[in-house]
Amino acid sequence: MKKSGLITLTSRGLYCKQGDFYVDPWKPVKRAVLTHAHADHTYRGNEHYLVPAEGERLSRIRLGDEADISTEKYGKTVGMNGVQVSFHPAGHVLGSAQVRIEHKGEIWVVSGDYKLMPDATCAPFEPVKCQHFITEATFGLPIYRWQPTEFIFEDINSWWRRNQEKGKASVIFAYSLGKSQRVMNGIDRSIGKIFTHGAVERLTQAYRESGVDMPETIYVGGVENKKEFVSSLIVAPPSAQQAVGWRRRFGPHSTGFASGWMMVRGARRQRAVDRGFVLSDHADWPELLSAIASSEAETVYVTHGFSEEVVRWLNENGQHAVPLKTQFVGDTAAEELAPGDET
Amino acid sequence: MKLFTELYVELDQTNKTNEKIEALRFYFEHASAADAAWAFYFLSGRKPRQIVPSKKLREWAIEQAGIPEWLYLESRDTVGDSAETIALLLPNNATVDETPLHELVEKELLPLRKSAEEIQKDAVIDAWSRMNYSQRLVYNKLISGSFRVGVSQQLVLRALSQISELPPDVLAHRAMGEWEPTPEFFYQLLDPNVDENETPIARPYPFHLAHQADVPIDELGNLSDWEAEWKWDGIRSQVIKRSGEVFVWSRGEDLITERFPELAAAAALMPDGTVLDGEILPWLDDRVLPFTELQKRIGRKNLSAKILAEVPVILQAYDLLEFEGQDLRATEFRNRRELLERFIGQAADDVSKIIKLTESVVAADWAHLAKVREKSRSLGVEGFMLKRRDSPYRTGRHRGDWWKWKIDPLTIDAVLIYAQKGTGKRANLFTDYTFAVWKGSELVPFAKAYSGLTDAEIRKVDRYVRDNTIETFGPVRSVKPTLVFEIAFEALQRSTRHKSGVAVRFPRILRWREDKRVEQADSLETIFAMLDAFQNPENV
Repeated sequence: MKKSGLITLTSRGLYCKQGDFYVDPWKPVKRAVLTHAHADHTYRGNEHYLVPAEGERLSRIRLGDEADISTEKYGKTVGMNGVQVSFHPAGHVLGSAQVRIEHKGEIWVVSGDYKLMPDATCAPFEPVKCQHFITEATFGLPIYRWQPTEFIFEDINSWWRRNQEKGKASVIFAYSLGKSQRVMNGIDRSIGKIFTHGAVERLTQAYRESGVDMPETIYVGGVENKKEFVSSLIVAPPSAQQAVGWRRRFGPHSTGFASGWMMVRGARRQRAVDRGFVLSDHADWPELLSAIASSEAETVYVTHGFSEEVVRWLNENGQHAVPLKTQFVGDTAAEELAPGDET
Repeated sequence: MKLFTELYVELDQTNKTNEKIEALRFYFEHASAADAAWAFYFLSGRKPRQIVPSKKLREWAIEQAGIPEWLYLESRDTVGDSAETIALLLPNNATVDETPLHELVEKELLPLRKSAEEIQKDAVIDAWSRMNYSQRLVYNKLISGSFRVGVSQQLVLRALSQISELPPDVLAHRAMGEWEPTPEFFYQLLDPNVDENETPIARPYPFHLAHQADVPIDELGNLSDWEAEWKWDGIRSQVIKRSGEVFVWSRGEDLITERFPELAAAAALMPDGTVLDGEILPWLDDRVLPFTELQKRIGRKNLSAKILAEVPVILQAYDLLEFEGQDLRATEFRNRRELLERFIGQAADDVSKIIKLTESVVAADWAHLAKVREKSRSLGVEGFMLKRRDSPYRTGRHRGDWWKWKIDPLTIDAVLIYAQKGTGKRANLFTDYTFAVWKGSELVPFAKAYSGLTDAEIRKVDRYVRDNTIETFGPVRSVKPTLVFEIAFEALQRSTRHKSGVAVRFPRILRWREDKRVEQADSLETIFAMLDAFQNPENV
């Protein structure tokens, strides 16, 4: 990254000197502009936050009641010391944004995490032209190619039905923010009752209040009669898989995990779940290349995931790209780090 | 191929025996006999020789996917399996191939072996284009001769037994030896008419298994009540000779007769109605070879004369379960042992050069026995098996009558210096490590180890490797040397092929020494001192 550029990588995060603010800082700063509410992008302890209005409720849950948060809608420009800042939908989770930063004709876009595939729980990714594009690379290898979402939901539905026939509950592990709600939004809710882990329930309520279509959910902690779980679907964060005591209440059950990592059999076996569903909130290989191309950027900065591989591929194919070593983790540990994942 | 792929996916996705059986039942109830015969063939571990080399598959897949080779290799490291990498890399195709399995195998796969490369290439690319991701995976595995799925033949037979209501050992017997995967074969396999004589002769007895001794050894009572045998580390097996036929069963109840022709030949000379329990070992010049040598013979259908000469096997026999057609399991061990000693003692040379009596050790008392046990490493054994002289031969794992009394492994504190991604279950995690010890002020590689950490520790080390990589050489990363691990291993050998000058057997990570700094790791001198110690064992 050019030292003279509008955005520089510092030990606290991506910094805009002219505007004196950071995007998704990992150490406390005065002014933080956040792309979305996942734990590796939304840290507590900053003095002031600017977040996309659509994600306000989620940010509030992550940052607490005391946090000083202001919001802005997608597409509206905010001036910060003469630097123009605006949010644009990233299609990752509810209220996720790419941050466009412009100063004296120099335009940067920090994409945060994103996907191009349709998702009824959030606004679709909007390509934004710029000179400098900072992209993620969580699934930046050509082995990652998502199937149409309908296929995946057919799979999840039939798994749930088959478990019902066997008198089993279905426990699906999905990141508590975003993936859980996408699963519940897309699943055939006529099959049976849906129960939620505490961490999922709170965020689902925030989705509902933000106007996203969610089925009726019941928090597992409030259930007295354990027979209710038979033939139901339980949605829980991945960390709950290890909580054997917590899972005991469901009686005989089959486990599933919804994640892009489930594309690879080895990863599925590592998870030791009965079924893996390839459902990702990140761009796959073709989507990454397509998003990069449509940014029309002169320089592409690639962070977390398979960044070296994506950089090499881009450079070999006539696109100037450099790796950028941020502390974002993409889809690996975000959930484990999330505060408030209590049962 | 549709139904068979679905079966493969189901078997691959679950570890639960019941679900595997259920999936197998579903398949065999719905497949045609022609398909079922091939499915049974593949599932019981048989496979046609490689039809197209995986190198060619890879070349064509790279071309089809339009990616450079380095990107293929990166992908392969992440996936941990080439057949799967290829299946994933090819542009998505949601179409499902409906060709029946037997047609695919007989009309497309087998004839390709003799075809010119161009014809092979066209056929493979055509097949890929008709198939979805899972079908391609199965296809790639079949065509490259690497098909394998987590079921034993026994499990497949259990499923078939449930469908046919025939006992599994009837099926096991019918599935033995040479047969062609034809519909006729499959009909015969499930033929409800059972010939009275066909069942019992193949049938092994359930194995008696021992626990690791977890009580102080002198609390076992009087040493004279116990037999102490050297504990060999090979393949636990039952060798059966009945009605003129020989059957060798592994503890996993797989029939392995054909893998050990020299043992089968010796056993054929035993009288009918004889069943031995023992350990198959690779054995040359009166000494056991490393277990890794034996692994060269396991999993091979075609044993070359070369491998038979390089890694001959023997049976260390330690129990006689049936003699002259009589089931001896209720007889006291001392009597079974006596019969066994007499039997092997009187056997013809052609038998006793392959079927040997496991030596039992006489000692004055437990302390003396413990001293003798220290010779284990130099003899290539794991320690002792202790067997109560008055015990029957029991079924399954049982406490109290038999104990394993193994020697402790050797241990060394070593430093993590290289890491590589694992395969299969550990794909995309840095789980394969190289450890070093000090040689003066230099760290020299000493052992590679793959197992022994918890999942949480593996993730932590993986993170460390990613954040502390010094250099990348292909799939291998050199790592800032700060993490110290206690490495356990069974034996040491001098080696000119290793930079450290020693080779270790069965290295594994015992624990992560987060309390130790890198300067506190062991040195090569310590290792050579160990080597000297057990190459010149104290006389006892």
